Amino acid sequence: MTFLEKNGMSFLFKPRVRSVRADGVGAAHCRPTGLAARGMNMQKFSALSLAQKALGGHLGWTPQWRSVAPKPAYDIVIVGGGGHGLGTAYYLARQHGLRNIAVIERGWLAGGNTARNTTIIRSNYLFNESSSYYEHSLKLWENLSQELNYNVMFSQRGCLMVAHTVHDVQVFKRHVHANRLNGIDNEWLSAEEAKAFCPPLNISPNIRYPVLGASLQRRAGTARHDAVAWGFARAASDMGVDIIENCEVTGILRGPGGEVRGVETTRGTIRAGKVGVSAAGHSSVVMGMAGIRLPLQSNPLQALVSEPVKPAFPTIVMSNTIHAYISQSDKGEMVIGAGTDSYVSYTQRGGLHIPAHTLEAICELFPMFRRLRMLRSWGGITDNTPDRSPITAKTPVPGLYVNCGWGTGGFKATPGAANLFAWTIARDEPHPINAPFTIERFRDGVMIDEAAAAAVAH
Amino acid sequence: MLLIRCPYCGERSEIEFANGGEAHIARPADPMSRTDEEWAQYLYMRDNPKGLIAERWRHAHGCNRFFNALRDTRTDRFVMTYEMGRPRPEIDAATAAEAAR
Ligand SMILES: Cc1cc2nc3c(=O)[nH]c(=O)nc-3n(C[C@H](O)[C@H](O)[C@H](O)COP(=O)(O)OP(=O)(O)OC[C@H]3O[C@@H](n4cnc5c(N)ncnc54)[C@H](O)[C@@H]3O)c2cc1C
Ligand SMILES: [Zn+2]
Repeated sequence: MTFLEKNGMSFLFKPRVRSVRADGVGAAHCRPTGLAARGMNMQKFSALSLAQKALGGHLGWTPQWRSVAPKPAYDIVIVGGGGHGLGTAYYLARQHGLRNIAVIERGWLAGGNTARNTTIIRSNYLFNESSSYYEHSLKLWENLSQELNYNVMFSQRGCLMVAHTVHDVQVFKRHVHANRLNGIDNEWLSAEEAKAFCPPLNISPNIRYPVLGASLQRRAGTARHDAVAWGFARAASDMGVDIIENCEVTGILRGPGGEVRGVETTRGTIRAGKVGVSAAGHSSVVMGMAGIRLPLQSNPLQALVSEPVKPAFPTIVMSNTIHAYISQSDKGEMVIGAGTDSYVSYTQRGGLHIPAHTLEAICELFPMFRRLRMLRSWGGITDNTPDRSPITAKTPVPGLYVNCGWGTGGFKATPGAANLFAWTIARDEPHPINAPFTIERFRDGVMIDEAAAAAVAH
Repeated sequence: MLLIRCPYCGERSEIEFANGGEAHIARPADPMSRTDEEWAQYLYMRDNPKGLIAERWRHAHGCNRFFNALRDTRTDRFVMTYEMGRPRPEIDAATAAEAAR
């Protein structure tokens, strides 16, 4: 689960069975398009290549992406080498035929929120605008390993959202109905049915916040956070995208008409006709370099993992009301997410009382975890909008684009946001799915108020 | 957990307080003359600084009064807290450097 283990590649070699739904939901949307456009230097993973390397003592593996120094100019510069930025470069190359692209990352690849999140992937959001955006992403997840020839370990184990109050029950049923009208799977379970689906769940009526029922999205799941970033990096690099680490963007260059001309970085000036900013918690800082204020507040969000244990937890459980969510990683750790700290911060820390509060909820909902030891906790900086919906849009500055505001819930959107951000940059206009997700919605009063619908980290 | 000095009650732990976001955001004096863009700036757009922030806190489980604080968001170190109504204090370079440390 931790970014410290990014060098451990053994997870790549794990055989994986992809679950396909009997009713074929989502099947027709996005067929893998094959690897036709690939260059020659990328090693292809297959059962045969893995077996050969295993017999050869695992010698002969080559780096998965090229390490390059920045060129003086590119057509497009993407600021931020997290999953979103890397994916954007991949789709620009793959679907829009653009090649002269650089992704610029101030630290190491995907060391930001991509490495720090609890990897919950689902699409059961309330409003039409959101559910079509997240569903677009979920459908891309369903084929991502095949498309990238890289195991992102997407596991559709379902996501159970437990209701503790009458209000929860009403809100979740409203979500179920709204989702089903949009063709998105989501169903209501009684407390007993929820327990049958997730046996560790405590449905005793005597706990402080008893479980009254749950909504279940069966196609929801988790994925391996690093693998998503590495898979996109590998495929993008293979198509000629330059991935530049340890290079911080410090300024945005403008022409006489105010248009973007490139970026100033700690490794020199890089000219570019278009700049796409995908900097998560640092979005306000980077966009401030172009004089643009955003409706964002950067807050720490914390997560923690337990010691690894044998498979004991079959699904993801989220409780919005008592602020806890949990799933088990393939390494065996219980992956637990907390709520945000209340204040603006860039420290990637946060206070211990926040995870402590979450663990109280976990211990009540899953008494069998009471003696489980926690191994590590950490924080990431999440960029939160007032309506808790993202921005994937053009900006008032010609040639400058922004994908931000994903806050506590943008990992699930990684392929979807990357795909639509690439579209927006390549065509200089939004795709219909991300068209409502502008900065101007705050001026015009057309919020997409998922905050009121379900104020929770996820 | 942060240790926060309420100007009225003294130092208390963070769980006694509620954060109120950026301080010194004044409601437009003449609302009718403002454009939608100006309203959006007032209501939603924030500096969200990486560095010194002036922010509001409320001592929710104490005296229940609002006050302001200067804090560095890179370290979470407080420079000072001060009463509502006072302008944002100017601080010298040495104090700012100490907060950033
Ligand atoms: C604890 C935690 C749990 C979460 N759980 C979930 C979850 O279960 N499900 C879910 O869907 N989402 C979750 N999220 C949210 C999710 O992690 C993010 O929304 C998503 O990963 C954002 O991806 P990104 O690629 O935009 O950001 P990042 O991976 O943060 O990438 C942004 C990159 O920009 C770089 N950057 C910043 N400034 C500059 C600069 N000036 N120059 C160059 N590079 C720069 C940063 O170094 C960083 O690598 C969680 C987040 C946290 C912190
Ligand atoms: Zn007080």
